[in-house]
Amino acid sequence: MNSVILQTATRALVALILLFSVYMLLRGHNYPGGGFIGGLIAAAGFTLFAMAWGTAAARRALRIEPGRLAALGVLLAGLAGAVAALLGEAPFTGQWLFLGGAEGDKGLPVSTILIFDIGVYLSVVGAVLALVFALEEDA
Amino acid sequence: MLALIVPVVPAVIAALLLWQLPRVMAGEVLAFGWHWVPSLGISARFFLDGLNMLFALLISGVGAFVAIYAGAYLSGHPHLRRFYFYLLLFMVGMLGLVLAADLITLFVFWELTTIASYLLIGFDHSNAKARRSALQALLITAIGGLCLLAGLILLGITAGSFDLLEILELGDELRASALYLPILVLVLLGAFTKSAQLPFHFWLPNAMAAPTPVSAYLHSATMVKAGIYLLARLHPVLAYTPAWQWTLTLVGAATLVVAAVLALRQTDLKLTLAYTTLVALGTLTMFLGDDDSVPIAAAVTFILVHSFYKASLFMVVGIIDHQTGTRELGSLGGLRRAMPVTFVAAAAAALSMAGFPPFLGFIGKELKYEGALAIASEPLLVAGAAVFANALMVAVAAILVFKPFFGPRQPAGTNISEAPLALWLGPLVLAALGLVCGIATPLVAESLIQPAVTAILGRPEVVKMKLWHGLNLPLLLSVVTFTLGVVVYLLQRPIRAALQELLQWLPLSGDRLWDHFIDGIKHLAAWQTRLLQHGVMRRYLSIIFATVAAALGYVLLRNGDIAVDLEWPQLTVKEWAALALTLAGAMMAGAARAPLAAICALGALGVGLALIYLFFGAPDVAITQLLVETLFLVLIATTLHRLPVFSGVHTPRFRPLDALLAITVGAGVTLSILAVMQTPFDATTSTFFETAAVPEAYGRNIVNVILVDFRALDTFGEILVVFTAAIAAATLIGHRLQRKKH
Repeated sequence: MNSVILQTATRALVALILLFSVYMLLRGHNYPGGGFIGGLIAAAGFTLFAMAWGTAAARRALRIEPGRLAALGVLLAGLAGAVAALLGEAPFTGQWLFLGGAEGDKGLPVSTILIFDIGVYLSVVGAVLALVFALEEDA
Repeated sequence: MLALIVPVVPAVIAALLLWQLPRVMAGEVLAFGWHWVPSLGISARFFLDGLNMLFALLISGVGAFVAIYAGAYLSGHPHLRRFYFYLLLFMVGMLGLVLAADLITLFVFWELTTIASYLLIGFDHSNAKARRSALQALLITAIGGLCLLAGLILLGITAGSFDLLEILELGDELRASALYLPILVLVLLGAFTKSAQLPFHFWLPNAMAAPTPVSAYLHSATMVKAGIYLLARLHPVLAYTPAWQWTLTLVGAATLVVAAVLALRQTDLKLTLAYTTLVALGTLTMFLGDDDSVPIAAAVTFILVHSFYKASLFMVVGIIDHQTGTRELGSLGGLRRAMPVTFVAAAAAALSMAGFPPFLGFIGKELKYEGALAIASEPLLVAGAAVFANALMVAVAAILVFKPFFGPRQPAGTNISEAPLALWLGPLVLAALGLVCGIATPLVAESLIQPAVTAILGRPEVVKMKLWHGLNLPLLLSVVTFTLGVVVYLLQRPIRAALQELLQWLPLSGDRLWDHFIDGIKHLAAWQTRLLQHGVMRRYLSIIFATVAAALGYVLLRNGDIAVDLEWPQLTVKEWAALALTLAGAMMAGAARAPLAAICALGALGVGLALIYLFFGAPDVAITQLLVETLFLVLIATTLHRLPVFSGVHTPRFRPLDALLAITVGAGVTLSILAVMQTPFDATTSTFFETAAVPEAYGRNIVNVILVDFRALDTFGEILVVFTAAIAAATLIGHRLQRKKH
């Protein structure tokens, strides 16, 4: 689609959409959101970009083959699950670390759960984009 | 180099086994193992008693010689390493099978031997005949294997344990149980397919497509005896009933008679040997049907005798084939001078096969006759079958020695030389063992035969064997056997011609029937694929929805009347709006004539649903629904112009069938939901998640906590599916793209 208005708007919009997708990913544990929703938002952003600028540009912007991104996501999620197994617990049990915890303040929570959710996020982005790009190129 | 290392493995195993022999002779049962699946009571346990000591020694001992032989036989073959790998894989499978002390472990190794046999028969994989034979052997033995698995599981359930040693103590209880007959039938099917009994015998001659070392090892000395081992192993539990006795006696006798007749027909040396292997397997089955100690001792001795001479003869035939390039009876002769060592090995093995004193074969034969006469049920049938089989063995042994090694030199003109040491070492040693064991009979009886018989019968037995039994009925039968054998040998040409003539009149062989069976299955598969996988999306969807409607309708009708509480809830304006949007979308989608309009209407419907989710407290679901709806629209838009023409949509015609289907499914789902709402809500699960989310998973969004923490394994499975599906679809589309470019 060769539309100047769409192309110009997309530049600003896609950045915001991607930022928003990361926000949704990170807030997921306590508020509506999470890896799956975040991944879908990011995929929608790249799809918009592909519609405005073409799939070749979108592939360049993604920098990594979408199929590989999806594989990376699955791998990351699997590794996050394996951490618990290595520590002698049932696989996929959440492992938590509270950085800088003090009296009355539990500190910054870091967990394998977050890594798992990032894996979900990446695999959803990769899988959806692999399909979208293939379909758009076939068109 | 490899040819030097590989034989060491079985040789070391054999040495280790011999080291333990005195303890086994003393009646000790050595057991060791690990836990495997403790929750199911399955363990990887192994044990060593008199019976599996004999088998394990044969497997490792013959295996060592076959490995040496194979190194020379396949010397320079590009896939020699692969061959050794398969051979050792088989050896592991076979040793595990005979040593297993757990039914499930036994089965796993049983299947391992089946797979190794498949790979070895099809080793020459560029040959279509070898591939067919391999597949045939695999399918027949695997079908039997599945029956065996069912039988072993039933046996384990009935006995309350999968531990073989415990089960062997429970003979009377098992025979009294209602499941005895099913267990017996299933186990026998497994054993008969593996040991190539009638009517499953035809895979074994076909398996001769394998390289000769394989035929010598798997298809004569070891693997085909796995079924015999199973019969012997489970003898204390399953025998002592008329069903066992009659089945084994009759199937064994039928196999040996048919195979003996078919053996005479062959002119290919290797095929002749294959049929005599069938004779041996039939004989063993026949004798294992009984529960007297003499027939069992005869069977055990014959296992030993047969493994020695048959492996040896197979290797001799391989040598002849290797050195002259043929194994056709008609084109071989006078090789005695050119290949003296091979001749000695062949002669010694053949003498044992024919049952001449002082070879072990003689003792085996005498014991067979003594055992046959001791069989309570049908001494005449068994003795008659045994005499018949042995007479033909004598004839075949004579043919194997006289035809290729005596008479005018054939193939003429070529320079035929003796085989290298590595080739003749195995057959010579094995044939010599037949002689040594014959001379040292009391020692063999005490160290190998007696412990095995004790294990099979499950009671202490004393086996006395000696070369000279005095003038008695068995000796008389021996004389009859020799006379008959000589007569058959002298008349071999007319007999062969008559058999060829006779067999031509037979309409179907097992082999041909098998082909019909496989073709039938292929046709059935093709037919049902055409029926179900027609590739028309609309029909797929119709079938899916019709199935849903039928299932829902059935459940609703069966449960009877639904007390629907039609208390109309108070909806706010925005909720009414969402409902209206959903309804409008649905109606527009139904009425739309252009695909784009229909898709947009579906989008509106989706948004309406998302709003409903949002208003009723499921924001995560609402967001996901909205996003999926958006992406779906984009995807459809990119593919729209390639969809087939919407014939039904373009023509403005009412489609009653589709409408009926839609209304039925909709009504069914609505009624089911209403019915479900009537039952009291069980809040156990949701309460658990609500209370556990924060303290255990440090998260307040229950949906996400469930997804990434409580049920993370499910989510992992799902993203794996998403990933696989996307990659597969993208690959298919990309493939089409490539074709389009060309």
